Amino acid sequence: MKFNTVKRHFKEGARNTWRNGWMTVASVGAVTTTLILVGVFLVLMLNLNHIAGELEKDVQIKALVEITAEEIDVDQIEEEISGISGVQSIEFLTKEEELENLMESMGDQGQAWGLYEQDNPLNDAFVVKATDPLETERIANEIEQIDSIYRVNYGQEYVDSLFKFNEYARNIGLALIISLVFTAIFLISNTIKITILARKKEIGIMKLVGATNNFIRWPFFVEGMLLGVFGSLLPIAVILVGYYFLTQNLDILQQFDFVTILPFYPFAIQVSALIIGIGATIGVWGSLMSVRKFLKV
Amino acid sequence: MIEMQDVYMTYPNGVVALNGVNVTIEQGEFVYIVGPSGAGKSTFTKMLFRETVPTDGTVQVNNKDLIKLKWKEVPYFRRNIGVVYQDFRLLPKLTVYENIAFALEVIEETPKNIRKRVMSVLDQVGLKNKARFIPDELSGGEQQRVAIARAMVNRPALLIADEPTGNLDPDTSWEIMSILEEINASGTTILMATHSKEIVNTVKKRVIAMEDGRIVRDEHRGEYGYEI
Repeated sequence: MKFNTVKRHFKEGARNTWRNGWMTVASVGAVTTTLILVGVFLVLMLNLNHIAGELEKDVQIKALVEITAEEIDVDQIEEEISGISGVQSIEFLTKEEELENLMESMGDQGQAWGLYEQDNPLNDAFVVKATDPLETERIANEIEQIDSIYRVNYGQEYVDSLFKFNEYARNIGLALIISLVFTAIFLISNTIKITILARKKEIGIMKLVGATNNFIRWPFFVEGMLLGVFGSLLPIAVILVGYYFLTQNLDILQQFDFVTILPFYPFAIQVSALIIGIGATIGVWGSLMSVRKFLKV
Repeated sequence: MIEMQDVYMTYPNGVVALNGVNVTIEQGEFVYIVGPSGAGKSTFTKMLFRETVPTDGTVQVNNKDLIKLKWKEVPYFRRNIGVVYQDFRLLPKLTVYENIAFALEVIEETPKNIRKRVMSVLDQVGLKNKARFIPDELSGGEQQRVAIARAMVNRPALLIADEPTGNLDPDTSWEIMSILEEINASGTTILMATHSKEIVNTVKKRVIAMEDGRIVRDEHRGEYGYEI
């Protein structure tokens, strides 16, 4: 394509966007509404995902070794565990270390456990992490099969429901975003269709004098893109400002340090870029969809 | 230039528009297509720039077989054909100059060539001084001249005019006719569908008369032959 033609397409697309007046406002409004919702869902979903990921990373299997087990058995158990696929790391804790950890975690009250130092009732243990947290259950089951393993513990009830919740949240969020995007595409294609009716004559003349379909399509491509980009400006502002305040205020409230949200930079910038991308896609898609009908024959 | 053999055209709603048309038109001819409304004149002209495709038969225009012409080649084929309608079909928001330049822009002509050719074709139809006007500021005859200029700016080998004087008063019609004759004199084939008895009987050319989708008469220097 020649440079002059590219220039013409952009000029033409911009001019049509301006000329369509209220129809442009309506289209931009549709994109704006959609993208604000999409943006809020994106921020929620990605943060949820992040938090879930952090929690999942903390999931570990504790395999208690039979009290009667000898040191040789311990080596063999370690070998067997590392033979299981999907195991990321194995850490061996003696029962003395276990007791120490326990006392530490309980602070002052933990001193009472000091009595047990002489006759430690705890077991030696292996702490195992899965490469993929979702495989935790399978690995735990396999470890349980090993002789000399007394018991396996990975917080079953809690982990299972965490994974389930994460999965539901992800799927529902994704479904909502996709349906919102399609609604917006439909709205835009309808608004542009109305404006195209007025331009039917123009398209007819273009075809008459030998314009190719691609040539006719380009200004609509530009117009759709402009609608999408204009429509994403307000949502981006909302997200940047909103998220900034959220991160500022959450810093003060951050007593629960196990829940961290994604930092403003680069997260908010990435979401903004994504919003512009989605906006432009919605606009272009909606616009090209509505022009398709007029290009036949 | 134009060759049709056993062309039949039935629209999806069952209307038979062309019922076995055979015709040959040579390069440089000036041909009137006459006949009552619904005789198939419009379908006949539309077929020549592939607005419609026949249900049966062969159509050749400019040595191109329009039946075999690929969908993607249609725009390029049309660049060699100018079309003028009764209702002018100008873009109301563009100036005279822009309306004509439009036909060159869409085929990606360079700005320098566009300027040169638009001015020369405006000169040809005598509207050089109205280049900056918009169509609404012009008379019907002037608007039709703009439409002719737009059709001619690509220097097509064939000009199809579908009742070009249908909306014009007699005096203006003669103006348009003299422009068309000039264009024809420079070698462009002209095919003109018309209902004007005066024009056909005065400016004597080949006359093809159509009725019920058939050619019923084909005479050189013919008469209009109908009473209306």
